[in-house]
Amino acid sequence: MAEPEGSLKLDNPSGSYRAETAVGPSAGKISIRNVSKTYDPDGANVKAVDNCSLEIGAGEFCVVVGPSGCGKTTLLNAIAGFHSISSGEIYLDDQLLCSKTRKAEPGADRIVVFQNGALFPWYTVLENVICGPVVQGKSSSKDAKAAAAELLGQFGLSEIIHNYPGEISSGMRRRVEIARAMISNPKVLLLDEPFRAMDALTKSVMHKYLLDVFDKTRKTVFFITHDLEEAIFLADKVVVSTTRPARIKKVIEVDLPRPRDFLVLSTERYRELKMEAIDAVHEEALKAFEAGERELA
Amino acid sequence: MQPTVGKSDKREVKNTSVSSIGLIIYRTKLWLSSSKPYLMIAGLLAFVAAWYLFTEYFKLPRFEKLPGPAIVLKEWVSHDPIYGTSIYTPEYYVHIWKSLFRVLQAFVLATVLGVPLGLFMGWKKTFKDYTFPILETLRPIPMLAWVPLAILMWPGRELAIIYLTFLASFFATTLNTLLGVESIDEVYFRAARCLGFKPHHVFFRVVIPGALPFIFTGLQISMGVAWFSLVAGEMLAGEYGLGYLIWNSFILVQYPVIVIAMITLGFIGWTSSAAIRFVGSLLMKWKVREVA
Repeated sequence: MAEPEGSLKLDNPSGSYRAETAVGPSAGKISIRNVSKTYDPDGANVKAVDNCSLEIGAGEFCVVVGPSGCGKTTLLNAIAGFHSISSGEIYLDDQLLCSKTRKAEPGADRIVVFQNGALFPWYTVLENVICGPVVQGKSSSKDAKAAAAELLGQFGLSEIIHNYPGEISSGMRRRVEIARAMISNPKVLLLDEPFRAMDALTKSVMHKYLLDVFDKTRKTVFFITHDLEEAIFLADKVVVSTTRPARIKKVIEVDLPRPRDFLVLSTERYRELKMEAIDAVHEEALKAFEAGERELA
Repeated sequence: MQPTVGKSDKREVKNTSVSSIGLIIYRTKLWLSSSKPYLMIAGLLAFVAAWYLFTEYFKLPRFEKLPGPAIVLKEWVSHDPIYGTSIYTPEYYVHIWKSLFRVLQAFVLATVLGVPLGLFMGWKKTFKDYTFPILETLRPIPMLAWVPLAILMWPGRELAIIYLTFLASFFATTLNTLLGVESIDEVYFRAARCLGFKPHHVFFRVVIPGALPFIFTGLQISMGVAWFSLVAGEMLAGEYGLGYLIWNSFILVQYPVIVIAMITLGFIGWTSSAAIRFVGSLLMKWKVREVA
């Protein structure tokens, strides 16, 4: 079994457990230092990210908000190892991950949950979850199956382990995908607008679910969205990015207590934080809108 | 926790096997209760009726020389056929078997060579850059244009016919497999790398299953063009086979036999395509169940 015993137990989803019982973060500090990224399609020199610096502590839930297409995903792709960067450096636990001359290799220590989902449609839920540990050589197929069945049970997904992704709902698929990431015990979980295409109800269930996973595991989370309420409800730190090229406009420390539930949404502090974020984002949204208008004109 | 999981495991597996048989029964019932089968029979009857009226009843110009359905059917099921070919004569089955065996050899060879080649071309871009232009130049050449070279290349007619049949299948299979690999969404490759897949894992766990739907479309096309080339080859240089039978009957003025061989070809072609679809649905359970 790849997972240390007790590192992920969601058998108490009511949220009544205390935060102290959560497993403390051990690794997963990300340092983004003066990172820029310029795309050069046909010599057009499009600057996607401009001199971004950001520290994300180990076990911190960091949400980046900004207008659509502002370059947030570029940053995530650089950490995941899908893209190179043009200048600056990114460190993971003080080890150089990528720089101008070095592209990060994708690996199981930084697992991405994709915008439209990336469960392999040709594998059942169980086969999807075990493929990480099996190909990494961490455990045999049999052990991985037992571990995965247990994990999926804790995630409330035992009923569907032999179904194919095409047969289950989008919310279920996303939960399976998070389970597939967690079973490899990554240092960082990278989520690229994972709940974007969901209806409000499914989305709120997914928020609670993700918070439960986070409270239990304390993985570093790098989460991208353009939904402000989602950002504040989930995050320890909300990073407001400017419109393209992405620069960091404002960092809002969210001091709402954990574990959180929906009661938080009715507190005065939540409203204050939301106003603060709206102020910062609105200006950028206007700029993005106007830029879009110009492009279309 | 563990025993519960084991128990639910078994139940799930049982459910799955029951549901795939149940699914076939359910679909058959649905099909029978729809208007489709009756429309199909009506269409078939209308076609045969038109054929009969044109050729045997009214004897329309251009149609008068063609064998009508009644003549063909009578010959086909006759114990003592006028032209020597019916379901009771061993020659009929020798022709079928010869053709079928040639197609199978060519098809298997084309699949065994074409699928790996296509997979590799899709997977390694450099390899594709080397090979794709050659494939694209050779592919549009009609199979009949290959006949002289095929005869020069191979000793005997048998191998030349199989070679022609193989060529047609091979191009269809390779190209569709290549398209299949290229149709796989980039996100699956990214997810695979995130999960620590090594290149050979990517090949066996992403490239092959991801390309399967296109591969099977390719195999169906490949089977179709195999029959096409085979009949062309047999007409030119055969000693047995349905293509030979058609051409020989034409020369010997045994017109009903031509139609018997044609209908036989149609039926075998349809059966072989259905067989490929069936194997495909066994290998791609996820597709079958997504549709359900």
